[in-house]
Amino acid sequence: MIKDSNVLDVEKVRKDFPILDTLVFGHPLVYLDNAATTQKPEAVLNAMNEYYHTINSNVHRGVHHLSQLATDAYELARKKIAEYIGAKHAHEIIYTRGTTESINMVAAVFAKRYLKAGDSVLVSGMEHHSNIVPWQLACEERGATVKVIPIDGNGELVLDGLDKLLSEGVKLVSVNYVSNALGTINPVRDIIQAAHRHGIPVLLDAAQAVQHMEVDVQELDVDFLAFSSHKIYGPTGFGVLYGKEKWLNELPPYQGGGEMIKTVSFEKTTYNDLPYKFEAGTPDIAGAIGLGAALDYVQALGLPAIRQVEHELMVYGLEALQEIEGLRMIGNSANRAGVLSFLVGDIHPFDMGEILDKQGIAVRTGHHCAQPIMDLYCIPGTVRASLAFYNTPAEIDRLTAGIRKAMKLLG
Amino acid sequence: MTIKEKQDEIIGDFEFLGNWDDKYEYIIQLGKELAPMDPIYKIDENLIRGCQSRVWMHPEYKDGVITFTADSDAVITKGLVSLVISVLSGHTPKEIIDADLYFIDAIGLSSHLSPTRSNGLLSMVKQIKMYALAYQAKSLQS
Repeated sequence: MIKDSNVLDVEKVRKDFPILDTLVFGHPLVYLDNAATTQKPEAVLNAMNEYYHTINSNVHRGVHHLSQLATDAYELARKKIAEYIGAKHAHEIIYTRGTTESINMVAAVFAKRYLKAGDSVLVSGMEHHSNIVPWQLACEERGATVKVIPIDGNGELVLDGLDKLLSEGVKLVSVNYVSNALGTINPVRDIIQAAHRHGIPVLLDAAQAVQHMEVDVQELDVDFLAFSSHKIYGPTGFGVLYGKEKWLNELPPYQGGGEMIKTVSFEKTTYNDLPYKFEAGTPDIAGAIGLGAALDYVQALGLPAIRQVEHELMVYGLEALQEIEGLRMIGNSANRAGVLSFLVGDIHPFDMGEILDKQGIAVRTGHHCAQPIMDLYCIPGTVRASLAFYNTPAEIDRLTAGIRKAMKLLG
Repeated sequence: MTIKEKQDEIIGDFEFLGNWDDKYEYIIQLGKELAPMDPIYKIDENLIRGCQSRVWMHPEYKDGVITFTADSDAVITKGLVSLVISVLSGHTPKEIIDADLYFIDAIGLSSHLSPTRSNGLLSMVKQIKMYALAYQAKSLQS
């Protein structure tokens, strides 16, 4: 067994996450469902608690003291998020309810402005349903189509035909940075550069990327980027859409209501400046503050240290899993983050998940909202163990022992 | 035996099984031993879609009682399917409609009937009751 990484004191870090001490069916919890949602450190819980205890108020509206403090905290979070992903301006950060809403927002407003009959939107064969269905809805309405970058048996994108695909009426490319089902890190730089050569903007679904590695929107030169707070140690129900200023200025608003307007009369409404043009109604103030605290926490640990610790764990996990007879990995990309997806013999993933659960081991089973991938491999789903920096080699050992026990019971 | 007696017998059997692995071993065994379904009935029309595991079920109404055959692609689900069928098969539509399936909860597998689990078993129980209702309506007409 490898020793815990020396770049992060994992045992110490684990103490920041009270839930990790939970017992499940009498066993210490082994939480390996981090791609579904991560646990929250005390710092995040405290920041949200403190907001409600001390400065709860509506933002941007009140002349009163508390409203000012709430607004300051809320806007400070936007600055932290902008810095975290290397955005040029804080007003390029639009608050949403999560990655799904971020993508739906772009799909709706981009289609309204730019998509016409015969056009297409290009996604990849390994997208989450959240990055397929919004485009299908938008395209259906405009008489456009959704095209797909194919994937190979290793779970990697096949980019040979990309230039040809891009030259066939594509108006926008929307791909994930890291696959939630396979863990593949996609060569998004190449995709963005290729798309830009054709003058096509790119949206990155970074829901499975920002918690594992440094993502810099200016360096990537990406046009839109979406991620969810709850997958990066922040609260649920909150998320981010980054958009380049010029795009956000050009696109029409998404929803109408309070906050997003400058003046309203029955004849004409003028919209507010960025980012408020896209933020109708009273927002999730505590959510923003919670995500800000989560990003502070991640940065205090350091993304390079997180990446190293998770990489060591991934290598250890891959080796340990592959020692199990009859186990096959689904997705064999050399370049991967966070996710170990596998099947054992002809054991149904649901049966495996249930027996692991009884041993206190939390994994996800099923198609992971990425049915096209499962169809490609002709499987009903996979068992997915997904890692965070607070996981340990000892927990991987619990997983492999748990799998062996399940094999004995189910075999 | 009545539906209630059958359920009580299952609960009694499970009381002898000490820990969770024994219970699961038993359910898995039942799944493996479930009489195979005639392939002609293993078709999409008989498929009950859960989110994760699939269940096929076929009813036959004869001499006033309904007999069910079924299959599932997940063996734990199949074991539970086997238990449900053994409890409800061979009863009249009215007995099936009125049946309260308390044994799944009592043997500690209630999570299989949770709508969030969506593994096919809950949908299967609903489907069985639907068939019973349909056969009851049919028998009242004739």
